[in-house]
Amino acid sequence: MSTSARYWREIPQRYRLEAAKCRKCGKVHFPPRVICNTCRGREFEKVVLPDAGRLLTHTVIRIGPSAFSNETPYAMGIAELDGGVRLTAQIADVEFDELTVGMPVRIEFRKLREEGEAGILCYGYKFVPAR
Amino acid sequence: MRDVAVIGVGMQKWGELWEKSLRDIFTESALLAIDDAGVDHIDAMYVGCMTSGLFVGQEHLGSVMADYLGVAPIPSVRVESACASGGVAFRQAFIDVASGVHDIVLAGGVEKMNDIDGGGATHALSTAADAEYEVYHGVTFPGLYAMMAVDHMHKYGTTRDQLSHVAVKNHRNGSRNPLAQYPYELTLEQVAGSLLVADPITILDCSPITDGAAAAILCPLDMAKRLSKRPPVKVLASAHATDTIALHSRPDISWLSAVEKAGEKAYKAAGLGPKDISFVEVHDCFTIAEICAIEALGFFERGKGGRGAESGETAVGGRIPVNPSGGLKSKGHPVGATGVAQVLEVVKQLRGECGGRQVKGATIGMTQNMGGVAGSCAVHILGSV
Ligand SMILES: [Zn+2]
Repeated sequence: MSTSARYWREIPQRYRLEAAKCRKCGKVHFPPRVICNTCRGREFEKVVLPDAGRLLTHTVIRIGPSAFSNETPYAMGIAELDGGVRLTAQIADVEFDELTVGMPVRIEFRKLREEGEAGILCYGYKFVPAR
Repeated sequence: MRDVAVIGVGMQKWGELWEKSLRDIFTESALLAIDDAGVDHIDAMYVGCMTSGLFVGQEHLGSVMADYLGVAPIPSVRVESACASGGVAFRQAFIDVASGVHDIVLAGGVEKMNDIDGGGATHALSTAADAEYEVYHGVTFPGLYAMMAVDHMHKYGTTRDQLSHVAVKNHRNGSRNPLAQYPYELTLEQVAGSLLVADPITILDCSPITDGAAAAILCPLDMAKRLSKRPPVKVLASAHATDTIALHSRPDISWLSAVEKAGEKAYKAAGLGPKDISFVEVHDCFTIAEICAIEALGFFERGKGGRGAESGETAVGGRIPVNPSGGLKSKGHPVGATGVAQVLEVVKQLRGECGGRQVKGATIGMTQNMGGVAGSCAVHILGSV
C-alpha cells in the first residue's frame, strides 16, 4: 500500500483544481509541471480551473480494475473545460444512453473509492451533466 | 553506422503456459533463435519485458535470463517501454550492432501474464497509463481505447461493423499461424455480440492475456553470410518516438502522433514510403488501435482506416496486408514479447516460410509496436537482401 504522502501531494489538484499558468506563453497546465512543454518556460502562476466544459469522448467501464470493482459499471469521459484544459474523470448522475460527444458537464467533488482495508478514502473530481 | 541483419528468430506457441515459468519461456525462444541463426555464442542481450515485477514478482531480468540461458557474464539488460518493450529491445540490439560495440546480439521479449488473476493483470497493464490522472479515476486500457473509438466514430463515421472486420480479418490470418494463442476464425456477429468491456469495445475487440516469448539474433550485414546459413534480412530502418502519457493531453484524441512520428523517421531512414511496404505488422491491442495505426503510418488517409479490413484492402492478398501473423488479437499479446514477435513474422514472411498466410512476393515488411495509448512507439522496416 502507498504512503499517505502520495495521496495528499495531489490534493490541491484533486480537491481544488489548482493548475499552473506559464508566465511566458500563457498555457495552463493541469497538473502543474516543472517546465512548460510548449515554450520551455519555468515560471508559473497558480490558477484554478473553471468547473464547466464539454465532453469530447466517453465510455462505460463494465469490467473495472479491482480497486473499482464495487463501482462498475461506471461512465467515464474526457472533457475540455472552458479555457481549453482537458481532463479524464468519471461521469456521475448520468444514464448511460444519455452520453453524447459535446454534452455540457460541470465538475463536482465526490468520493471516488476506498483504498483497501483500513485504507484511504479517495476523493476527487467527477463530471456531472450540466442541466 | 554498420548495416545490420537479422540472421535467426525463435518463438514457441503462445497461450496459457501453466507448466512453464517466465525464465523457461524466454530461454526456450532464445535457444530457438540461436539455433536458427546457427551461431555458437552471443556477445550481448536485450530482454524486453513490461512488468515482470507485477506479473510474477521478478525484476532484474538481465541477470536472470543471462544466467538461465547460460551466457553470463555477457552484458544483458532488461528494456521497459510498456507494451513497446519488445520493439524497443530490438532497437537497442540494432543500435548496439550498428554502432560496432557488439557483433552478435540477441533481442528477446517475454511476459508471463497468467500467474495472477484478471484484476491483478488489469492493474499491471494500467501502470502504462498516467497513474495519478487517469488510473486514479478508474480508467482501464480498454476504456482509453474505447474513448479513442468513440472519438473516431464521431469525427469520421467509423462503425461498429468496421471494428469487427479488424478482428475477423486478424483471426482469419491467425487461423493459419500454428503458434497463435487463438488460431481460429470469428464472425462479425460473434465480435459485436460478445461481452461489453468498455463501450463500444467488446471482449473480442481486445487482445488476450498471454504467456509467451520471442527472440531474434542480429549481426553486421557483412558478417551475416559467414556466420549463418539462413538468408539474412536487413534492418532498413529503426525508429522510436514518444507522446504525452495521458490521452487527454493530446490535441486529437484518436490520432497516434508517436506512431506518425516514428513512421516518418523510419520511412526517411529507409528512403521509402508507404507504397513500398509489402505488408505491415501493427499493434492491434484493440481493433480500433489497428485502424488508428494504419492511418498514422500513411497506409490510409486520416479517418479512413475503418475501411481497411471492411474493404479487404488489409487482408493477405489485398493492397496492404496488415497483421498476416494474426496480430495481437489472434496470435496473443504477451506485452513485452510482442514487438520482437512482429519482427519474427517479418523475417519469416521475407524468407517465404509462412504457409497459408504467406504474403506472395513480399520483399519489405514493417513493424509498429506501441506502449500504452502510443505514449511510445517503435517502428522497424526490414527487407530481403
Ligand atoms: Zn509556456
